[in-house]
Amino acid sequence: MPSDKLFISPVVFNEMISHAKEVYPEEACGILSGDNDRVSYLFKMTNVEHSPVSYLMDSKEQLNVMKEIRRRGLRMLGIYHSHTASDAYPSAKDRELAFYEDVAYVIIGLAGEIPVVRAFSIKEQKEVKEIELIIG
Amino acid sequence: MAVKVKIPTPLQRLTNGKDEVEGKAGTIIELITDLDQKYPGLMERISEGGKIRRFVNIYVNEEDIRFLQAENTTVKDGDEVSIVPAIAGGSLK
Repeated sequence: MPSDKLFISPVVFNEMISHAKEVYPEEACGILSGDNDRVSYLFKMTNVEHSPVSYLMDSKEQLNVMKEIRRRGLRMLGIYHSHTASDAYPSAKDRELAFYEDVAYVIIGLAGEIPVVRAFSIKEQKEVKEIELIIG
Repeated sequence: MAVKVKIPTPLQRLTNGKDEVEGKAGTIIELITDLDQKYPGLMERISEGGKIRRFVNIYVNEEDIRFLQAENTTVKDGDEVSIVPAIAGGSLK
């Protein structure tokens, strides 16, 4: 289980939003890493589905990034993706495919004028709990 | 020597907490069938009807088996097999 707070550097936070806008109208996805509960690196990943309503990370990139994170002595702290036309809240599909219980699922909602970013833990592929996202 | 199989955190509850187990040489599907004897439930989580589930990635020495011979990819003693859940989702209801 991730803790109930996730700290994220402003640079990473802004990069995440830029990535979501850059690939719009497709969903963006990526991996957040760092140590303790502090995110200091972001890895933009390829959404092989190139879809406005779903994402699947490129499997080779995923393995390489997971190894790179370990090589740097860091941890995978979060998985982010964008919702291009809906709320920043885990959909049924997000919950069903949440295999990583020990990380935060960060969602960037682009439905409104201002992007909304929220983070959640998802347990047993169904129980959703919000995590406080602290930028700083 | 055997085939080394890396088990991801979500499946370690089926392997008594082990992050690496040993398997027999053969095809990937034979390897998983054999492991399921020792660790019941593993096969169901990884495959369905003899096929690897869509949201499970299996790598042999870092090559995704989808780009090899999928379930029929053969592994030999000394090879390393990694089972890694895919990262996926999306706003589709």
